[in-house]
Amino acid sequence: MSNAFETNRRSFLAGTVASTAGFTLGFHIPGIDSAAAQGQTPELNAWVVVKPDDTVVIRVARVEMGQGTLTGLAQLVAEELECDWKKVTTDYPTPGENLKRNRVWGNYQTAGSRGIRDSQDYVRKGGATARAMLIQAAANQWGVPVSECYTWKGVVRHRPTNRELRYGQLAEAAAKLTPPADVPLKDPKNWTIAGKSLPRLDTKSKLDGSQIYSIDHKMPGMMLAAVKICPYFDGKLKSYDASKITSMKGVKKVVKVDDTTVAVIADTWWRAKSAIDQMPIEWDKGPHAKLSSDDVTKMLVEGLSADQAFIGNQAGDAKTALASAAKVVEATYAVPHQHHATMEPMNATVVWTPEKCEVWTATQNAESALATAATAAGLPIEKCDVYRLNLGGGFGRRTAHDFVRQAVLIAKEMPGVPVKMIWSREEDMTHGYYHPVTMAKLRGALDKDGNLVGLHMRISGQSILSTINPAGLQNGRDPATFQGLNPSGTEGVFGYGVPNLLIDHAMRNPPVRPGFWRGVNNNQNAFYLESFIDELAAAAGQDPLEFRRKMMKNHPKHLAVLNAVADRVGWSKPPAPGIYRGLAQHMGYGSYVAACAEVSVNAKKEVTIHRIVAATNCGHAVNPQQIAAQIEGSFAYGLTAGLLGEITVKDGRIVEENFDTYPILKMDQMPAVESIVIPTNDFWGGVGEPTIFVATPAVFNAIAAATGKRIRKLPLGDQLAKA
Amino acid sequence: MIRLTINGTVREVDVEPDTPLLWVIREQIGLTGTKYGCGVAACGACTVHIDGQPVRSCSLPVSEVKANQKITTIEGLSPDLTHPIQKAWLELDVPQCGYCQSGQIMAAAALLKEKPKPTDAEIAEAMSNICRCGTYNRIKAAIKRAAGIPA
Repeated sequence: MSNAFETNRRSFLAGTVASTAGFTLGFHIPGIDSAAAQGQTPELNAWVVVKPDDTVVIRVARVEMGQGTLTGLAQLVAEELECDWKKVTTDYPTPGENLKRNRVWGNYQTAGSRGIRDSQDYVRKGGATARAMLIQAAANQWGVPVSECYTWKGVVRHRPTNRELRYGQLAEAAAKLTPPADVPLKDPKNWTIAGKSLPRLDTKSKLDGSQIYSIDHKMPGMMLAAVKICPYFDGKLKSYDASKITSMKGVKKVVKVDDTTVAVIADTWWRAKSAIDQMPIEWDKGPHAKLSSDDVTKMLVEGLSADQAFIGNQAGDAKTALASAAKVVEATYAVPHQHHATMEPMNATVVWTPEKCEVWTATQNAESALATAATAAGLPIEKCDVYRLNLGGGFGRRTAHDFVRQAVLIAKEMPGVPVKMIWSREEDMTHGYYHPVTMAKLRGALDKDGNLVGLHMRISGQSILSTINPAGLQNGRDPATFQGLNPSGTEGVFGYGVPNLLIDHAMRNPPVRPGFWRGVNNNQNAFYLESFIDELAAAAGQDPLEFRRKMMKNHPKHLAVLNAVADRVGWSKPPAPGIYRGLAQHMGYGSYVAACAEVSVNAKKEVTIHRIVAATNCGHAVNPQQIAAQIEGSFAYGLTAGLLGEITVKDGRIVEENFDTYPILKMDQMPAVESIVIPTNDFWGGVGEPTIFVATPAVFNAIAAATGKRIRKLPLGDQLAKA
Repeated sequence: MIRLTINGTVREVDVEPDTPLLWVIREQIGLTGTKYGCGVAACGACTVHIDGQPVRSCSLPVSEVKANQKITTIEGLSPDLTHPIQKAWLELDVPQCGYCQSGQIMAAAALLKEKPKPTDAEIAEAMSNICRCGTYNRIKAAIKRAAGIPA
């Protein structure tokens, strides 16, 4: 894997980090750890390098953005390798190396709660194959059969003679062997590293400031860029007056990046930002200059009763069932745009020359970032590479690479000079890929005994794929709209048996670009459905848990997590006086989740969430304490949208620009969360998102129980006080 | 030139006086553990100590800091992760993405200096930093552990 820019990069980084730093846990410089930099140590395979000192380098194709994926994937490889966990370190191979090696590391995308579940089989095989080669090398050296040898914590032992060789002593010989095919994987019942609540590999460096995030990347002679992007949807950059700022201290260049964006390059970012803030800029407000959130709502309301709609799930004849019902319940709900608001704003560092283009950035999909960079660079993809730095949050935002494109275009204006472009928080918040805006009208048919015999769920609103990936549409239909509402499959199945069912989508796409926002369409689908199930139970005069249970006989895994939270919270006994409960369940990203919230509402109509009990069945639990951390955190993320946050539109642009107007849930509002991890060990589900789905509906159901007031529009805000 | 005392070392920097302390720390001094999150003192990712008090450095012009005031950044909190807050954070595996954690740790360390046994309400009031990953419950538990308060 040795190549010219590998060497160049090492030489300029050598001045800033100790030569061994790349090998020390927690001080990770991408590229430095790659095989080319590891002296002569050959790899056992794409996933595993064992060095003479027994250090095991596990290569990780997916990226760490907070969810513990890096540690989990390393656990899976180390489990099969049977190495000493204390000697494990990790490395991110670049997407350029992946391309050169015929994509030996597979998919780099880290999204959809897929980091572990979509790669567990081949990374485990990488560990198991490497182990087999180490055993074979030992057997060869001793001249004994492999069957007389076994491994434990990085050592191969010969059982009859108690001789042993360390992996570090065997790696060079093992690397020369032909890898065996079809090495069996361990039964998860026998796991000793995977499946355990091990501490994360990356914690120490997050406690003393030594973890290098993309925004922290430094290079000799580096320049900094700040940008202004047209704030109007589909608007353009009309003009700017660089003469007002070119004499400011540190300013090097003012660059028209493209039709929408202007940049100032300076010797520090603060100077670049100060200068661009003072530069007169005129915008062409484009075709939507008068658009407001009210206009968006009107579009969606029209879709709620439109004739044309794409079908997501259908059984029996819902319309007839509704027409002949003993009782019809109807409710309309709404979910606004949301912003990812990663704590680290978008940024990237680029060195461009006519011969090559190198990018250092935080990305959820380095292969996609590489393709974007190559196009912007005007260079063949083989002449480009992307070095992955740690992400200060992803949540889906860093699956899109508009910022990488801009950074490359800016760096092209200063060939050979490293340029780091950083978006201000204001640019970041007003140029997101927002959680899609949708509404839903649900109509339920109850028979005389209060059974749900018909349900029509009409979703109206934005399709993510129609903007992000139109090729993913199916005859115009966006299948992702129906996350968690599907009739079958392994990803997200509707958890209730309803004999007459229609779930359909009237696509209405306002010009606010949508994106994959942690949890994606599951978030609103669970809010709509689980709120309405509670409304139906109330209309039927039934307990919301029993009402659900009756319809879940054919969905035992959905039911099991619901029962787990009900049991833990003590649903069969009344809560303490003044405390009210709400339930929700949902399936998404392959996992089954449920939650129960306990809330109180005071005389001023302020809500206190006293307790959340949440359960997940993610199939296999690779690191239970990190799964618990994801469950806890998902309530902060989900309830920020449920209680506080809203991106609105006025005069053709996003209104909210920073955390003062786009509030994020803080510690004083964070509920206690009891997590229940109940893997059934018969499938691989996701972890990073699923419990978000049930956060808001569980709390809103509890609020309805407490107040009798059903909140059907997010966020809660001051709706209770106004009611 | 402006003189600053950062992590026990006196530094001279050539910057415009209205430059926020955050950007002096990150760009002139070169210590990147202190993070930029919002620039309007709303998120706390930039929290440092000035004479032991927690300060949101993104909104403090460097000219307002006196040369003899002691600025402590996350890099200077302890030489080897031995501050009780760092030890508790490590034991409870608090960080997720980790970006906000420098600010969280600095805010928590300042809290314990002022209130060695804080109540839950005092913790919630002092810890107004944003964590988008939602590590709040582990942060609270780690502060209690560092303070020797039973969980």
